[in-house]
Amino acid sequence: MAKAIEVAGLTKAYDGLVAVDSISFDVNAGEVFGFLGPNGAGKTTTIRVLTGLSRPTVGSARVLGHDIASDIVKAKKAFGVVPEQSNMYDELSGLENLIFMGQLYGMPRLEHRTRGEELLKTFGLFERKDSKFATYSRGMKRALTIAAALVHKPRLLFLDEPTVGLDVMAARSLRTIIKRLKESGITVFLTTHYLEEADMLCDRIALLVKGKIVAIDTPARLKAMAEEKPALDVSFKIPLAKAADELGRRLPGLAVVRADDRIRIYGGDADVVLHAILGYATENGTQVAAVSSLKPSLEDAFVKLTGLSPLVMAAEKGGR
Amino acid sequence: MWYENLRSIYYIALKDMKTYYLKPPAISWGIVFPAAWILAFYLRNPRNFEELVPGLIAMTVLFSTTAMEVVVINFELRLGSLERLLLAPVSLSGVLLGKILGGTVFGLMITAVITLASVLSLGLFSVNIIYLLLILLPSLLVFSSLGALLCVLVKEVFEAQTLANLPRFLMVFLCGVFVPISTLPPVLKQIAYVLPLTYTIDGIRQSFGGAGDIAIAIDVVVLIALIPVLILPATRLLARRFV
Repeated sequence: MAKAIEVAGLTKAYDGLVAVDSISFDVNAGEVFGFLGPNGAGKTTTIRVLTGLSRPTVGSARVLGHDIASDIVKAKKAFGVVPEQSNMYDELSGLENLIFMGQLYGMPRLEHRTRGEELLKTFGLFERKDSKFATYSRGMKRALTIAAALVHKPRLLFLDEPTVGLDVMAARSLRTIIKRLKESGITVFLTTHYLEEADMLCDRIALLVKGKIVAIDTPARLKAMAEEKPALDVSFKIPLAKAADELGRRLPGLAVVRADDRIRIYGGDADVVLHAILGYATENGTQVAAVSSLKPSLEDAFVKLTGLSPLVMAAEKGGR
Repeated sequence: MWYENLRSIYYIALKDMKTYYLKPPAISWGIVFPAAWILAFYLRNPRNFEELVPGLIAMTVLFSTTAMEVVVINFELRLGSLERLLLAPVSLSGVLLGKILGGTVFGLMITAVITLASVLSLGLFSVNIIYLLLILLPSLLVFSSLGALLCVLVKEVFEAQTLANLPRFLMVFLCGVFVPISTLPPVLKQIAYVLPLTYTIDGIRQSFGGAGDIAIAIDVVVLIALIPVLILPATRLLARRFV
């Protein structure tokens, strides 16, 4: 599979402080690759190095086949960057901002306006095309910043914390846009500290803690790493006070615990466990109300693999 | 590559003209301040005002260009939009040259108005236009570059304005705007010859038919030589901010 990004032993230190510590990873062309980690983990530093805003202290990286140390200008022509801050020009209108981006990326003169208008329509900003950027809402500013990164039709898009500070609807709308970008074949490199966002959008995720990558895999495999034992949750139509104890006796060797009005059973063969549950219900004159299989979330995987609380990440950036 | 860089320099300068030329710091320091000084000196001594014209035109070049550099660089450093330019396929020196060109064009516009008004109102029709352009164009680039060099040292607009005032006022008082260099004590005279405004004033004075202390060719050569001397460290300092 073609690689959009290849990183080998990349380290970035500022005045002796190591922000990114010897990380290596590849991003496949066409995938949404997530960089997940708390504040200060090195996510933005990595983007800055890969996009030429910062030089690596040690190590190397190739972006779209171009060495970032010797050939970054060529790479820049083929990727777009959406920084964490929506930093378009307040004094220019939405359309003027996009036209300027087209000029800067050397697009043919006749395409500046048509491409700008096309993107404004895609992002639902066409009605406000002549309004100054300063007058846009936060969500609109974010959308225009993403549109600006797409003006030159890049093959790779770096998105740094795209939904930070957005309300629920604006964040949702942006996630839909990111899904559409993937469908159109654009590789997306996404940094986020929102676990559910990474789970929803990414094909693969790298977990970054204190400048080091602690795991890289698909969300499903990361979750599987957190899954120690399969578990079943069961509830009965008539709650039975001693159900946990009784089921524990019928299922020797398995952990059976009470969780509110449900019984949670860890491990064991599913067929044996279900027979025990149904037998117990029949004998006690009740029926099973619900049975569900418990799957670990990405949050569980994150906690297990990093040893960090996801609440820390949410609190750091005023998360939703 | 060079062609793409030139194109980007042009569009960055064009964008800066559209975006920043009416910003209050550009108007107050780049237009109002030199205009107020000129008016003050005219009201004080209207009879011998012609003698002050070269110095006042030079002062306009100095203030208009440096004021605009503060706006085009420090506004963007503060808002983070300078990074947007650095993410585009243009070299860091290309971005800085675009900024310098924006300040140069602003300075040229203000200086042209002041020069034209001086020529027409005082009847200074003997001016040598070619000499004047040979001095003004490198001077505009020199002081834009000086402004850029000072601006990349700090982040905030007010910090940059304050920092820029140091060389501005030093040059206004030492380089012959109001007092001829020949009347300065030897030590200050030596300092004056290190400062670029001396060569601008001397050249403008000769363009208007006055006597100069230095050959106009030397004024032009010194000014042209100073352009890379100022741009190179400015580029390095800007790179250090980001790399």
